[in-house]
Amino acid sequence: MTAISLPAAGRLDPLVARRILVVGVLAVVALLYILFHGQWTLPHDKDFPLFKTLNGLKETVDENRTVLDPIRLAIATLVDVFNTGISILGWPGVLAVAGGLGLIFGGPRLAFLCVTGFASLGVLGLWDASMATLGLMLAAVLISLLVGIPLGIAVGRSDRLSAFITPILDVMQIMPTFAYLAPMTLLFLIGAPSSTIATLIYAIPPAIRITSLGIRSVDRETVEAATSLGSTRWQVLTKVQLPLARRTIGIGVNQTIMMALSMVVITGLIGAPGLGRNILQALSKVDVGASFDAGLAIVILAIVLDRLTERAGEWMDPRSRRADDDDVRRRRIRYGLIVAGVAAIVVAGRVMTNPALFPKALAVSFRVPVNNIVHWITGTFSGLTLAIKDAFTVVVLNPLETVLTEAPWWLVVAVVVVLAWYISGRRASVTAGVCLGLVVVLGLWNHSMQTLTSVLVATLITLVLGVSIGILSARSDRLRTGLRPFLDAAQTMPAFVYLIPAIALFAPSRFTAIVAAVIYAVPPVIRLVDSGIRSVSATAVEAATACGSTERQLLWKVRLPLSRRALLVASNQGIVLVLAMVVIGGLVGAGALGYDVVTGFAQGTDFGKGLAAGTAIVLIGIMLDRITQGAGGRRKTNVAEAG
Amino acid sequence: MQRNGLARLFAGAVIMSLILTACSGPGGSAAPSTAAPASVPPATAGQTAVASPSSAAAVTCSGAGDQGTVKLMINQWVGAQANVAVVQCLLQQMGYKVETNTLAEEVAWQGFDTGEVDVILENWGHPVLETKYITDKKVAQDAGPNGVTGIIGWYVPGWMVDKYPDITDWNNLNKYADLFKTTESGDKGQFLGSDPTFVQYDEALIANLKLNYKDVFSGSEAATITAFQQADKNKTPLIGYFYDPQWLQSEIKLVQIKLPAYTAGCDKDLKAVACDYPPYILNKIVATKFATTGGKAYTLVKNFQWSNQDQNQVADYITNKSMSPEDAAKKWVTDNQAKWSAWMP
Repeated sequence: MTAISLPAAGRLDPLVARRILVVGVLAVVALLYILFHGQWTLPHDKDFPLFKTLNGLKETVDENRTVLDPIRLAIATLVDVFNTGISILGWPGVLAVAGGLGLIFGGPRLAFLCVTGFASLGVLGLWDASMATLGLMLAAVLISLLVGIPLGIAVGRSDRLSAFITPILDVMQIMPTFAYLAPMTLLFLIGAPSSTIATLIYAIPPAIRITSLGIRSVDRETVEAATSLGSTRWQVLTKVQLPLARRTIGIGVNQTIMMALSMVVITGLIGAPGLGRNILQALSKVDVGASFDAGLAIVILAIVLDRLTERAGEWMDPRSRRADDDDVRRRRIRYGLIVAGVAAIVVAGRVMTNPALFPKALAVSFRVPVNNIVHWITGTFSGLTLAIKDAFTVVVLNPLETVLTEAPWWLVVAVVVVLAWYISGRRASVTAGVCLGLVVVLGLWNHSMQTLTSVLVATLITLVLGVSIGILSARSDRLRTGLRPFLDAAQTMPAFVYLIPAIALFAPSRFTAIVAAVIYAVPPVIRLVDSGIRSVSATAVEAATACGSTERQLLWKVRLPLSRRALLVASNQGIVLVLAMVVIGGLVGAGALGYDVVTGFAQGTDFGKGLAAGTAIVLIGIMLDRITQGAGGRRKTNVAEAG
Repeated sequence: MQRNGLARLFAGAVIMSLILTACSGPGGSAAPSTAAPASVPPATAGQTAVASPSSAAAVTCSGAGDQGTVKLMINQWVGAQANVAVVQCLLQQMGYKVETNTLAEEVAWQGFDTGEVDVILENWGHPVLETKYITDKKVAQDAGPNGVTGIIGWYVPGWMVDKYPDITDWNNLNKYADLFKTTESGDKGQFLGSDPTFVQYDEALIANLKLNYKDVFSGSEAATITAFQQADKNKTPLIGYFYDPQWLQSEIKLVQIKLPAYTAGCDKDLKAVACDYPPYILNKIVATKFATTGGKAYTLVKNFQWSNQDQNQVADYITNKSMSPEDAAKKWVTDNQAKWSAWMP
């Protein structure tokens, strides 16, 4: 008796104390909101002085742009080199090279995929545009790797450099792509060079990150052994670290290519040639079918390049070579034959056909059927979908937005700071506070709160959908296989393609933007949850089953808790990806920061506002990223982007 | 293991060098495809494969491609594509190569500076850009009107006018504000603002005309068009920014709202503006360099002038008749010999 009653009499159980504290804080927040809502609200002022100052910056850069011309010209030349190469190979040559690479890295199956994939680009009638996209992408990837891999190696070998560069990479990845298109055209004007540089910014972080990860993951003992045997730092790098990290670096190359491809398409907005331009032209005619064809070409290109580089990475890794590959002579003969075959086809192709023209007779287009399907869907369901939109907006979106925009700004900042502290600790809460403070300084509080509302709601839907589908997919191999092409397509199909049906179904509105964001962000979440649950050790599951757990108990008590880290990474990725769609949301009637960025890009007089809005999106991104990252107690990885 | 790695590297190097030799291969020069007689310049590739069904053998929209290259800018709207398609057809027939580029309006003007754009065939105003690029930088110049008159205004779908005949007068708009309420506009009527790249000051108009509406920006032209299409099909109320000539005008019926009439200078202060948009005499802008060295191509561009009907006709071929811009241009050029022969140098 004495033993049990003693602590209760002395002080509160810590768990109870914590609950009381939480309830108390909530009560204070509610009270402050009731007392002060509608005051200190910082309404939107589109003539905020800072915007004009930033406009001035534009003029200054405009007048001194010639300084940057050499960079511009050099990159334009590089892009030309790739384009000329592709056009000289001609379509038979490109197909042969793709097939040859497939044979070497993978074998007949991969070669078949490569050849049919590339051929289908021509069959869709999009050969020229696809090759323009490919050339631009290759130029951006080449520069990304030339800069990214050495930098990644350096970062992998130096903790100080890593600490310095990681936050920069974070910002580069959180920054929504549209937000830096306008500054790009300001610095490098429109056209291929701007496009390449914008793509570079987007695609280089994985090259650096994954390379450094590869170097760091080389067993410390192996490195020490090499050092103790008298190897120099250079020898350790070239003989030990690099060979052992080759596989990981291969993944980095793969990631860089995938990201570059998606970005190159978006840069159609700043005059880049290729499939992006086809999609934009189709968009102006509201021709979903035509943009679907171009979108499909991008998906195909992405799948082929993904599988090809994935296998190339394995091929590079000495540990994974096949047994028969040990026969060096036979292998050399095989490669020789492949190379000779490719060369023969290139020459024959140039002699026999016009290599620039893919035969038109083979053309297939999904334009008409897709348009018919879209018309049918939008005609049949728009009543229902509009009702859903209305209900959701009234019940969820509007109340939340009202709370965030009408609460005094200092109350919102305080709540976020406390929340960040509670979830992720002091550093995250300081970062969150600074970010929100800067949003206030930028004069975009009101729009930022509107955007934050949409982002939070979209993230929530993404997580609910992603986690539930991920759980299902983890329990069924068949479902997982069936889902894969859809997930690939949803991740690589440019959002422009499905925006029009979305508008037809949900009208230009914030809800439409949320739908687009969810489509984009759900696939990686599904993948992360799936792989997280699958990697829960079989022993734990068996032990629980042996103890008589039901399926439900197994899920809630074993699988989910044990894959907690994967779930946290998934939610972090979900937020980052939803945020990337904010600007796209501006194109479909969501207004707020997304629209500000789009306007800033389009109208010179709004440049300052656009730049400020882009910055505000980045700040919100950093804030959310830090809060969720801290929750996992670890750095974010890029598993999510792994196709 | 080392040697295997080397062998792999070697094989990789062979493939790379193969690609490189192929690049500088048979043709030898940097652009053999244009030199080889059998090949066709990429720009004209689209037309040659599809033989024109009409009897006029003269219209092929393709030529030798040896007269030089002209870079035409395509604005995002289809009317602008129609201009470009027809001029492109004629230029190619004259032996020029034509490169086209689709760009936002303001962004396109930069192209005069970089050499990426020679010609904008349809310019809607933009006094600030005119001052910057024509007066100050002198990299561009006015090449006269293209014959099309642009109208910007507030539109409602035709069925609304049948049902509410007096809605076309702006004085009655407040009466109908409730009809246009949406989740995005709160307790006011929703006015659908347009693509942010377009000239627009509806927010100020709504305020200054004391209308109980909220300007909700569609964010893109595609969004606006889709919204009007849905409003027409499902008979849902919609009021918003639209313009003419625009291909949608021939697909569905849109009726313009009468705002207080435009008088010269009434739009001077865009904060106090309370009158309709002015009619736009659309003009062509060309790069100064193109004007001086463009020769016959420049003369054609300078002479190019057609009507709203002509442009809508071609735009209608492209969108509602699902023709490619090339085929649409070919059809118009075949049918309207008298009009375009007047532009020829």
